[in-house]
Amino acid sequence: MSVKAPRISVTVAEVVEVNPLIKRFRFVRSDGQPMPPFSGGAHIVVEMDDHGTRRLNPYSLMSVPEDSSGYSISVRRDDTGRGGSLYLHQQVKPGMAMEIGYPVNLFSLDQRAKKHLMIAGGIGITPFISQMAQLTSLGGRFELHYSVRNRELGAYVDELKALYGDRIHLYFDDEGDKIDLDRLLAGQSFGTHLYVCGPKGMISWVRSTADAAGWPKGTVHSEEFLAPPVGQPFTVELAQSKKSITVGATQSLLEAMEAANVDAPYLCRGGACGQCETDVVRCDGHIEHNDHWLSDEQKASNRKIMPCVSRFGGTTLVLDR
Amino acid sequence: MGMEFNKETFRKDFTFKNSAKAIKRFPFPFYEDSYMYSVNMEPHVPGPKGSVFEPMFDVDEHYVAEMQDRAMVLAEDPLRCQSLPHMTLAGWDLLELIMESKARDYPEWFELHKDGHNWHWINRPLGIDQKFTFLDESTLPYGPMEYITRQSQGDFTLQDQRDDNLWIEAGMVTTQADWSLDFDIGMSFHEWHAPVPRAHELGVFDRALKFLLKLQHGAPVRRFNWTLTVDPLLDTSPENYPKWGPMRADISPENVGERMYLRVELQTLHRLPRSNAIAFPIRCYLIRFDDLVTVPKWGRRLHRVLRDIPEDLATYKGFLRNRDSLVKWLSQYDDGAPTSTGWMAD
Repeated sequence: MSVKAPRISVTVAEVVEVNPLIKRFRFVRSDGQPMPPFSGGAHIVVEMDDHGTRRLNPYSLMSVPEDSSGYSISVRRDDTGRGGSLYLHQQVKPGMAMEIGYPVNLFSLDQRAKKHLMIAGGIGITPFISQMAQLTSLGGRFELHYSVRNRELGAYVDELKALYGDRIHLYFDDEGDKIDLDRLLAGQSFGTHLYVCGPKGMISWVRSTADAAGWPKGTVHSEEFLAPPVGQPFTVELAQSKKSITVGATQSLLEAMEAANVDAPYLCRGGACGQCETDVVRCDGHIEHNDHWLSDEQKASNRKIMPCVSRFGGTTLVLDR
Repeated sequence: MGMEFNKETFRKDFTFKNSAKAIKRFPFPFYEDSYMYSVNMEPHVPGPKGSVFEPMFDVDEHYVAEMQDRAMVLAEDPLRCQSLPHMTLAGWDLLELIMESKARDYPEWFELHKDGHNWHWINRPLGIDQKFTFLDESTLPYGPMEYITRQSQGDFTLQDQRDDNLWIEAGMVTTQADWSLDFDIGMSFHEWHAPVPRAHELGVFDRALKFLLKLQHGAPVRRFNWTLTVDPLLDTSPENYPKWGPMRADISPENVGERMYLRVELQTLHRLPRSNAIAFPIRCYLIRFDDLVTVPKWGRRLHRVLRDIPEDLATYKGFLRNRDSLVKWLSQYDDGAPTSTGWMAD
């Protein structure tokens, strides 16, 4: 069973080009009501009608959680992706009507922490922007280490510096800056929690460094949304629905199920939350799992699949859905 | 809906009484003629007009008397209300949820006016008129959770979510079916459910936890739980066991109808927006057996459920010693006729 919150009808209030790769979008409710409050680190799923293809992509909220007048997200353009970010960058204009989901938080602050140590890479800055705003109103201690490619592509560096001063530490790759993680972790006081959001390599580097330094598992938090990968089209049989569907090259299995009017649960649509986990009835071939949810053992067994990011190659795949 | 609340007690002389209207809308929990644990959750969406599901938080004729009883319990034992330091934000979330819901669902009794963080709350049944600053504890006479749950029927717990688990770390618990907040506070989901028989083996708690970790703001859910109580005593706590435990020895075939009560908990679960915690209101409804059997379907069904329930469940729910008397008494109201599925009266 899954219970979904109602969708929110919104109007695009503002589109701002933050730098050559990133645009910021602001949504207000079309019915004039206040937006629900949310917690720092939450994301929303944005629904797009991309010339007949329905896309539902997750983006971290970066507005102030207490600000109920609207929500803001920042989107990095991915020229080789499936098209969601390109659609937002090229087609979405102020005044347009869109649909979004209620906020969901898979990267929440641990309110017990004496201090929050944040490490961001690139567009991974966005959840921290709302978290720092929330911590400021709650009086929480934090420190951000933010690594970007260069000054031109360093989104919000000036704004964050202006707001939070020396709590913001900036690192520019092309100037040879590098976070001295060993030293940083060694200098933290008891009760500090560590948060990381950024590219895959950065997350595993921070996690393994913290692990080696003896940080308890429960004090290290990370979030990485995967974009569903593109690939070869494949066919899937859905046993409960008695349907056979074809998943297109730039479509996810979850999207293909939804296009066939099959009610499939989901929350993050990025391989992280586990909500869409589905039993595999039969698999003659190879599942490209791609997700962060299933254990290596489960992946090897080919008994479970995550339709939001997994693909298939082979002769037959039958799912219990 | 007039402003008529019962003058009644839940202790000593036990003057608690359900009106005909309250009996008619009683949330009878048995969907079929037998009972076993299950996850049994459904969306908490507004139900039929007049039912306990119509509002987000039901306010009924017992409201004022229940709040007076809660105040007495707290005066004797302040540890019935506890909130660990990191749960204050969740307390504000709960206060906002309850105030907004009640002001929307019962505008004649409750009003909430907001000007930024300057809030004005009016609770007419309890005679409260409070101006305060949202998120500033110093402007309320109690912490936010205690303040609002002294004005809300039912027990409340707040669960923090972290490490893929839920942790019971705040609560107001004065109308409980024999469990203790003071004992459970700080426990994880499986720890505080450890005493429940059978459900672990059935995988109920694994599935329930998995479901709740994904519970969404804006999509609350509900379920029922139930037990039996001698006399309309709200505070059947382990702390007070010496006061109410022996009452079970008073039950005889002659007084079953008058002194036995079916105790139903309408439990709802709400994701809280600012804290990402989960609120768990546990609303207790009591009905005397004499009143319950005035609905023929309920009399037939309760007889069959109690007759057939496994012994370990009857033990856990605390009525094994009286089961034979209860079943014999209820058998008078069971003619063997078939009952319809669902909990509504036929």
